[in-house]
Amino acid sequence: MKKDIILAGVGGQGILSIAATIGMAAVDHGLYLKQAEVHGMSQRGGDVQSHLRISDKEVASDLIPQGRADMILSVEPMESLRYLPYLSPEGWLITNAKPFINIPEYPDVEVILSEIRKVKNHIVIDADTIAKEMGSVKAANMVMLGAAAPFLEMDYSWLEQSVRNLFGRKGEEVVSFNLDALKAGLEAGEKYRKA
Amino acid sequence: MLLGDEAIAQAAIDAGISGIFAYPGTPSTEITEYVQQSKEAKEKGIRSDWAANEKTAMEASLGMSYAGKRSMVCMKHVGLNVAADAFINSAITGANGGMIVVAADDPSMHSSQNEQDSRFYAKFSFIPVLEPSSQQEAYDMVHYGFDLSEKYKIPVMLRITTRLAHSRSGVVRTTPRPQNEIKLPENLRQFVLLPSIARKQYRELLDNQVFFEKASAEGGFNAYIDGPDKSMGIIACGLAFNYLMENYPDRTVPYPVLKLAQYPMPEDMVRKLYDTCDTLLVLEDGYPIVEEMIKGFLNLGKQVKGRLDGTVPRTGELNPNIVAASLGMENTTGMPVPDLVAGRPPSLCNGCPHIDSFNAMNEALEKWAKGRVFSDIGCYTLGAFKPYEAINTCVDMGASVTMAKGAADAGLHPAVAVIGDSTFTHSGITGLLDCVNDNTPVTIIILDNATTAMTGGQKSSALNRIEEICQGVGVHPDHIRVLKPLRKHHEANEQVCKEEFEYKGVSVIIPRRECIQTLNKRMRQKFAEKKKNEKK
Repeated sequence: MKKDIILAGVGGQGILSIAATIGMAAVDHGLYLKQAEVHGMSQRGGDVQSHLRISDKEVASDLIPQGRADMILSVEPMESLRYLPYLSPEGWLITNAKPFINIPEYPDVEVILSEIRKVKNHIVIDADTIAKEMGSVKAANMVMLGAAAPFLEMDYSWLEQSVRNLFGRKGEEVVSFNLDALKAGLEAGEKYRKA
Repeated sequence: MLLGDEAIAQAAIDAGISGIFAYPGTPSTEITEYVQQSKEAKEKGIRSDWAANEKTAMEASLGMSYAGKRSMVCMKHVGLNVAADAFINSAITGANGGMIVVAADDPSMHSSQNEQDSRFYAKFSFIPVLEPSSQQEAYDMVHYGFDLSEKYKIPVMLRITTRLAHSRSGVVRTTPRPQNEIKLPENLRQFVLLPSIARKQYRELLDNQVFFEKASAEGGFNAYIDGPDKSMGIIACGLAFNYLMENYPDRTVPYPVLKLAQYPMPEDMVRKLYDTCDTLLVLEDGYPIVEEMIKGFLNLGKQVKGRLDGTVPRTGELNPNIVAASLGMENTTGMPVPDLVAGRPPSLCNGCPHIDSFNAMNEALEKWAKGRVFSDIGCYTLGAFKPYEAINTCVDMGASVTMAKGAADAGLHPAVAVIGDSTFTHSGITGLLDCVNDNTPVTIIILDNATTAMTGGQKSSALNRIEEICQGVGVHPDHIRVLKPLRKHHEANEQVCKEEFEYKGVSVIIPRRECIQTLNKRMRQKFAEKKKNEKK
């Protein structure tokens, strides 16, 4: 088993919570993991990415080689395209449709989506709207993780357990809200694939 | 699951340090933060508050070592420039209690103004270096490093790079050790670097090099791994070893490999590789220091490939693809990045007080030509970009004040310095003293957001004392002006700026409003506590 995942987004969008949830699920089930993060200057609204590598054998490099990633999981559509050179031909591009516009020359969203559709395996869902309808846009990252869940080669229950562990300190309300977001993402992803 | 930085911090706690000393700097900040937040460290009474700058941190660490206790001092690579005087002389005094200097380099300049290689500093000062290739090795090396330091009475450098600092992996801990008791140096002149004593100690330091090298050969971190194909031998330093292995899925390299993780370089191991193989390839993050040493100035021996001959790019950090290319392997790649993908540089946050400060300053400066604002290191450096284009220099911590002074001495008026509160106490105060002593016509704008913001909101040494410091240094109280940088005060703030820019002496303007990030964080915590209490 080997899963190389590029997590993408803009500083402050919560990609490290996605990484932590997957990471904890992996480690709790005896898998090896390396996860390179971006700290510092870019966290101020710049593009950020995390290389998450999970394997049943020891992982060598902290960075994923180009053309080898099994998945790009992005909470922002333009950011999902920035890492295309990393994606393997059979890999999945799973992204939020909602743009985060903090630069003047942000491209036309429709053009971005048409570029995303050129990737053989892709899922685009509006995680912000789904999360907002559930009560808080903050859970958009958990919605995205839900959409990615079927491609992680992990039992869905592993992810649920790790959400419980990670958010447990914040109370039962927060836990169940995030579990609902995860589930909603899973369903939205499946709906997209069937459509 | 620990970051490389956190593995180092946990190891330091477990290895029995009594104190950690640091000024925040990416990518080293999380080491000290981890100790500050560790319950274990608190129970053990390990001191961990931020220092004013890297030099004071290094000296305090050396003082703790003098008293016989183990200490760690952490900094980013350019922080070592600030601490260099203390660092280089600490090699001559030597240590008493174990002392580790963590230098976190930033190849590719993710969050820095250069990509200098701290291994040169270690070579320059003749101290041993440990360069981990993994989080686990970083943990183990801290334990080993303290032993090495106490055995040879020498500070030891732990050199990491951004990639390891900010990458997570599982780490297995070893049994914690107790802290040392206070024990003064046996020779009470060991730390007195008068020429007559320093000459003797310098000689001893040079004589010890052979033991340091022996330790490198026997420490267990350097390894000679044989391979059948002798057409090339590979030296892989630190993380480069992982990138090399990544390219061989079964983890077997056909060439002989020297995994290098401890310096000074073990001569016998390097010679064996050189004698056995037709050519050498050197893979190292940072400057080509190993490559240069092996190649020699005249390059009279065998072919040595690396950054100098273009086999590996001359600048930037390594990765698995660069290493594959250097091995002559076919590289994989996915689809190209579509042209429409726009750059997304970091920017000042919405609601950031610096935005209002820059707007007021820019308008007050409009009647003069552009190019008179000297700035510094922090979030406000982002004011160089559009839409502000507010600052014209960023060189090193504190340089805003003294560069403005030099330009004013040259006749430029107004000359303005823009510096953050934490950077001001790091290295700006002495420059201000120079200005006061010369009565130089400069205006120093100290952006007071009550934190060290760029590195994530650490406590600033300047907190609640900037006016007192400026007055104490000798700035006239009439020319210390405090503003509230808000949109609604724009006209009034612009007016204050204009008045002080016109003034032909030393003036200080302090726009004061809390960083929006730390404010939000505080509000979130307050809200969470309120909710908790309501439930009770």
